Amino acid sequence: MNIKKRLVFTESLRELGLLLFIIVLSVAVQFRNPAFLTLNNINSLLTNTAILAILAIGMMLVLVTRGIDLSIGSIMAFTGMVTAITVARVPGISPALAILEGTAIGVVLGMITGVLVARFDVLPVIATLGMMNVVRGLTYVVSGGRWISSYQMSTEFKAIATGRTLGVNNLIVIAVVTYLVFTYFINHTRTGRRIYAVGSNPAAAEVSGIPKRRLIFLVYAIMGGLSGLAGVLWVAKFASAQGNTAIGYELQVIAACILGGVSITGGVGKLSGLLLGTIMLGILANALPLINVSPFWQMGIQGVVVLAAVLTNVMVRRNTERTALRRRAI
Amino acid sequence: MSNEIRIRTERERNWREFFFQWEWILVGVLLLVVIINSSISPYFLNFNTFIRTPATFLDKGFIVLPMMFVLILAKIDISVGSTVALSAVIMAVSYNAGLPMPLAMLLCLVVAGLGGAINGWLLIKFKELSFVIVTLSTMIIYRGIAYIILGDQASGGFPDWFSFLGWGEIFGVPFILICFVLVAIAFGLLLHRTTFGRSVFGMGRNATACRYSGVNTDRVVWIVFMLNGLMAGVTALFLTSRMGSTRPNVAMGYELEVIAMVALGGVSTNGGIGRVGGPLLAVFIIGFLSYGMGLANLQAPIVLVVIGTLLIVSVLVHRIRFQSKKKNSAV
Amino acid sequence: MSEAPILELNGISKFFPGVRALEDVKFDLRPGEIHGLMGENGAGKSTFIKIITGVHSPDAGEIRIDGNAVTFRNPMEAQRLGVAAIYQHVTSYPDLTVAENIFMGHEKTTSVVRRINWREMHEEAQVFLDQLGANFTSRDRMGSLSVARQQIVEIAKALSTNARIIIMDEPTAALTQHESEELYRITEGLRESGVSVIFISHRMEDIWRLADRVTVFRDGHYIGTWGADEIDQERLIVAMVGREISQMYPKRSVTIGDELLSVEHLTRIGFFRDVSFNVRAGEIVALTGLVGAGRTEVCESIYGVYPADSGTVRLNGEEISPRSPMEALELGIGHLPEDRQLQGLILEWEIGRNITLPSLSHYSNNGWLDEAQETEVAARLAEKLTVKAPSVFTLASALSGGNQQKVVVAKLLSRSLKLIILDEPTKGVDVAAKAAICEIIGDLAEQGYGIILVSSEMPEVLGMSDRIVVMKEGHVTAHLVTSETSQEEILNAAMVVKTPATATPEGGAE
Repeated sequence: MNIKKRLVFTESLRELGLLLFIIVLSVAVQFRNPAFLTLNNINSLLTNTAILAILAIGMMLVLVTRGIDLSIGSIMAFTGMVTAITVARVPGISPALAILEGTAIGVVLGMITGVLVARFDVLPVIATLGMMNVVRGLTYVVSGGRWISSYQMSTEFKAIATGRTLGVNNLIVIAVVTYLVFTYFINHTRTGRRIYAVGSNPAAAEVSGIPKRRLIFLVYAIMGGLSGLAGVLWVAKFASAQGNTAIGYELQVIAACILGGVSITGGVGKLSGLLLGTIMLGILANALPLINVSPFWQMGIQGVVVLAAVLTNVMVRRNTERTALRRRAI
Repeated sequence: MSNEIRIRTERERNWREFFFQWEWILVGVLLLVVIINSSISPYFLNFNTFIRTPATFLDKGFIVLPMMFVLILAKIDISVGSTVALSAVIMAVSYNAGLPMPLAMLLCLVVAGLGGAINGWLLIKFKELSFVIVTLSTMIIYRGIAYIILGDQASGGFPDWFSFLGWGEIFGVPFILICFVLVAIAFGLLLHRTTFGRSVFGMGRNATACRYSGVNTDRVVWIVFMLNGLMAGVTALFLTSRMGSTRPNVAMGYELEVIAMVALGGVSTNGGIGRVGGPLLAVFIIGFLSYGMGLANLQAPIVLVVIGTLLIVSVLVHRIRFQSKKKNSAV
Repeated sequence: MSEAPILELNGISKFFPGVRALEDVKFDLRPGEIHGLMGENGAGKSTFIKIITGVHSPDAGEIRIDGNAVTFRNPMEAQRLGVAAIYQHVTSYPDLTVAENIFMGHEKTTSVVRRINWREMHEEAQVFLDQLGANFTSRDRMGSLSVARQQIVEIAKALSTNARIIIMDEPTAALTQHESEELYRITEGLRESGVSVIFISHRMEDIWRLADRVTVFRDGHYIGTWGADEIDQERLIVAMVGREISQMYPKRSVTIGDELLSVEHLTRIGFFRDVSFNVRAGEIVALTGLVGAGRTEVCESIYGVYPADSGTVRLNGEEISPRSPMEALELGIGHLPEDRQLQGLILEWEIGRNITLPSLSHYSNNGWLDEAQETEVAARLAEKLTVKAPSVFTLASALSGGNQQKVVVAKLLSRSLKLIILDEPTKGVDVAAKAAICEIIGDLAEQGYGIILVSSEMPEVLGMSDRIVVMKEGHVTAHLVTSETSQEEILNAAMVVKTPATATPEGGAE
């Protein structure tokens, strides 16, 4: 029992540290600008973070299988654009149908990446770098370079992002629902667990008859679907669909995953950690303007934070290995 | 003991192999592109136009050369676009802060080379990390620094002579084309005629065996990435010269175009295979293609689609080619 | 005792390109018996297991389970018939929990929505663990467990698939004495519950303690099967190593020079400790012991691949500490790595390029390669070592194992060296090539090189070397002079041996 307790403690140490950091950061920011921890600002912080949170789930699954997806910003732009065009042309369309449309398109795009990676063994970086540009280009093509603006969208559609359910902003509700669905998928279905098995030891997975390629395909399809969903939400939130929507957003999503303790070498990643990582990034984005840091600092700070997180991980692992070697009876 | 063993040292000429080279396909494609372009615009084949066209796209060609080394090492560097932006921004800002232009240009190259060297250093010191995560991080950081320095401003006002880099001509031939040819020859020789190039090929195939054979593998990685950064600096010089000013969002997506050119040029993403001719042809294919699409009034986004597709298709083709004939190593 | 066997193999042969792994091998396993399988490295044990578990299919011969002939197309089919293997290098999912590892591939789910039934899975896993006397829980993360505990999980996994035949591949190799005791207890428990176990081990103690019968393979051949009480240690060792120290290793008389290399108290934490020995010019020092004894690691430290943590290495009396193979080569130390295909050669490259890789700077002028000179040198070295290849442009992958190994030796000769470390130079090559390589080694000693020969093959060690250093579990256990020793003495130093008196096998199968 004692051993078990100690293990659980070390595993949650990282999340504890992150939580502590978030609290310290919040307090510090609050000190500088009392507008930070108001109900209003927290609500807007969470609303702004919701889309990031949804995408981070998909990216976590991709990273767990030792892959990466750089195409999600483009997929968001494309699905957002197509959905916005649909909404503009068919004003009566129900918001649910619009969401479904965007998600479905995202799944199809994700499946293309999935085939490239799972069937043809194309490196995930290469496949998704290609997709990133193809899909971005297609976004401009379908829109003819024009924007779809607020006035072309129905109020119901915009209400996806601005409306409230039970007093909570819809985006937050959707993010929470997505988290619940994936908590179930990851922790309580065989497919979900096997995704982790594939990432943890691909060779062993193949020997024990786990359909490795099918699972990798699935992961990219899920990522595509979530990107599609996020694209629709993004367009509804900003009430405009543009060719350069969410450009470079994949970097933030990957950053959230890495901060949340998802291992880039596969097999490791928990939703609880992911949530903290996402909130951490959300706070950074929200708080920097509040304490008068120029928004242009945001990208650099994010990059440094990501690199620091990655390097810390390596150091910790090296240390653990060294201790293990010392304990070996030789 | 059996001294009868005689090992031949003459290479057999294999004509079939000679004709079934990827480069011939590229030559065909290039001709096709040129023909299509000239059918769109009758002026295209006019010598003066033809020789000037490359000046519109050659800036990124400089990164293609070292990126070829990176891919042969079985790695990828996606930070180059950001490196271009960072070095260009630092050059512009330091010039406007009073640094003489030649020194500002030197600073541009130093910053870019340093950016590449940092990638290399991270990869050597943290061997557990994949090149994807390392260059992804520096991709964010380098562009982030460019934004910190310049915000969303543009910076320019360079001396007049600086525009010669991107616009100047010597005997009617663009200066940038002359530079590119010279640099390409240098990189070709480095790859195919030196011990360094041999080590790069070896490490792409089997880095462990190279280390056991006494190759200084860390140094090779470091130099290749440093060169990649340095050439991004050269690109920054030419790009800035052509545009007359720079801003933090320049060279967005260059990494894709560059990697697409290298992959289309027949360099395997699995490492160990590639010849300098392929990527060179690919630079001109994609360059003329983009130019032609401009002639045809197709918008830039379609070029994105085409280049992205080219990248995926050429990698796919090579995978299938590789799987069907593993035996032919074209070093 | 003559119960119908649960598993029976007859006339099994398996060939790999250039290697005869198994030839006409037979084996039988009775219900509820622990059957020891012994043999030196390269005797064909691993190939044999892979055939039973369906990883390889045999080129000839038949497998019978419960008297019915079977063929396995893949490991899953073998598993379905109740065969499970516990490998030395554990093939688990370090990031998942113990329960998930046990049930991976056949998870417990609720009947209607196919939801994972965690409660049932943990309960059932805990039952297996309790049955095996484990002192950890099903909720622990696999990666946080020691090797011994991971093995217990693997055994639980086998039980969860209702395995009736469990193969353990050197399970005690990485365990401490105490952990081994634990494993013995568990294995005996398995026998009592009617499971049959094939127990592969190098440790005599394992066999005396556990096995009902023992079968010995040598060089891919079946040598014999004995009841554990019918054979004593000496006869078993003889069966394993054979008696023929053949004419393959004609030891030449070489005048031995001054001390070339001296290694003192060399230590690399977690791998080897306090290793001391020396090598003189013209001398062949054999470094022997079981796989995993630390021999390869010692050599790699001397060669600079993984520098040691403490201790000194002197070459010609001067203290050296190469930080990389490049530095070691410059000092005059060459190394033939253990894994020819991964560390020794670039398989997709021409042999000429492979040969000149360590000495590229010799054929260059300020970095510019002189390919004509390079090709010429490569061809001459390949001829000298009688590499059977038509041209220097032949790909290394096209050669047989023995010729590939000659190419690796040629790589060494392209540099001017003083000391050559050869790590299992004759592993996986056929007899003729073996003889040729041994002759080359003799030549090298004659030319005055100091040679460290790492080898697990007793005839080779005894036939080739001047002195022998035996390692066990990271320590040097014996310094022997070849002309005054015997294989029994070497094996005694290399193996964890206890006399049969303390551990008699407890009864056979009912």
